[in-house]
Amino acid sequence: MRSPFRPSRPPNPAILDDHRALIRLIERRGFIRGGISLGMLAMLTGYDVTSEPGVENALRRVSSWNDRVQAALFDPKRLAPTYPESMILKPPKFNAYYDITEVKPVDVTSWKLELAGLIADKRPWTAQRLDTLPVTHMVIKHICVEGWDYIGGWSGPTLRSFLERVGADLTAKYVAFKTADDYPSSIDMATALHPQTLLATQYAGQPLADPFGFPVRLRMATKLGYKNPKWLTAIEVTNVYQGGYWESLGENWFGGM
Amino acid sequence: MSIESQLPGPATAAEVSADQVPRRAAPRPPRLHPLAIRLMHWTNALAMIIMIRSGWGIYDDYVIVPGLHFSSTYRLGGWAAPSLLWHFAGMWLLALNGLAYLLYGIVTGRLRDRMLPIRFSEIVHTVRDTLHFKIQHEDLTVYNAVQKLLYIVVILAGIWQVFTGLFIWKPVQFSSAVALLGGFQAVRIEHFVGMVVIVGFLIVHVALSFLVPRTLWAMLTGGPRVHAVEKAS
Repeated sequence: MRSPFRPSRPPNPAILDDHRALIRLIERRGFIRGGISLGMLAMLTGYDVTSEPGVENALRRVSSWNDRVQAALFDPKRLAPTYPESMILKPPKFNAYYDITEVKPVDVTSWKLELAGLIADKRPWTAQRLDTLPVTHMVIKHICVEGWDYIGGWSGPTLRSFLERVGADLTAKYVAFKTADDYPSSIDMATALHPQTLLATQYAGQPLADPFGFPVRLRMATKLGYKNPKWLTAIEVTNVYQGGYWESLGENWFGGM
Repeated sequence: MSIESQLPGPATAAEVSADQVPRRAAPRPPRLHPLAIRLMHWTNALAMIIMIRSGWGIYDDYVIVPGLHFSSTYRLGGWAAPSLLWHFAGMWLLALNGLAYLLYGIVTGRLRDRMLPIRFSEIVHTVRDTLHFKIQHEDLTVYNAVQKLLYIVVILAGIWQVFTGLFIWKPVQFSSAVALLGGFQAVRIEHFVGMVVIVGFLIVHVALSFLVPRTLWAMLTGGPRVHAVEKAS
């Protein structure tokens, strides 16, 4: 009996055979990068219905609608569960769109955090100045959109205290980020003001190590892992939707938990 | 003869005047599967296929059963992000259609009439008969005990998937429910188990519909007309 799950236009097996060595290589790379490449290969073989422009546009429109649903479901007062210090994973898991060996450490002596958009005081911040803000500590679960999780302990000023300090327009829609690893990101203002949204400078009581975003990264207890950019270099408060790295490839923008 | 008089429906005024018996004016008995049920059934079939295949695409990024991967032939979406787009679009179709089905079933009494009562002794009897290849399927309008049990299980599994799915999607907003079900990874596994139950049902359901094609035909055209069953007290 023919499988009801089988697509009406099966892939040309010759194309898969031609790329067998490539598929093996991709499998070894594992995780997201492999996923993308295999996805691209699947799209090249022309049987993935998602690649139809009309289908993809419709799916992305539903994803935008889901952003609004998630914003409505998001309770700005609800705190994510926290865990005892003893459960902190050391070191944290590394995950990015590139391999850990490709991390380019930031030189903190020349590093500055630039400010832009609807902010009164746009003078850039140094790492030392950031350390003068009161520090909040949280031990929270990191959940990746892929499905894995781990418990991490993060410290740093809340993004809210930082935004208040620089005179940001807290009624704006978005807070957008630029990073040293070219991983633009943006979040909704409600989440930016949540008490468990930190400009994290420490992990497990120690300054962030290089592969995890030294000197400062965003860390939110209420969003999936890919929404937390590392190696921040600029923060912009804006009413213009800015998207993000994975969002431009089809991941959901709100990414809330 | 006019076209209208050939169509099923309430008796025409002429017929009523020719035949004064009042019951002639009553609407003809409904079909086994009214149009609403058929539409919701096939909408659900589409939604289930979207949810299962896109779910397999999401699953493959971080597997639950070591070594168990789903071939890209069966997955919906070339990699995780399109699979997620499909899953979070299909969820609206599944949940809204499922809600409409449950409301319809409760309001019309169809769910109670078709699924209940269900007795343990009947289940044992039907299983024994089936194992002896004595499959009674002459009357499509009555479900045997095993059918009733399977339909109840799959309806509950569908409801289970909607809620466990909601909790995986929003583990912070529904943190109490997630804790009650054993934590995020536990709910992920429970959502996976729900899929296994539904796929298991589908295999039996589709296989039987091909073995008894009249059932498949009935879900397309409505099947035989059924007279209202007298309610057991």
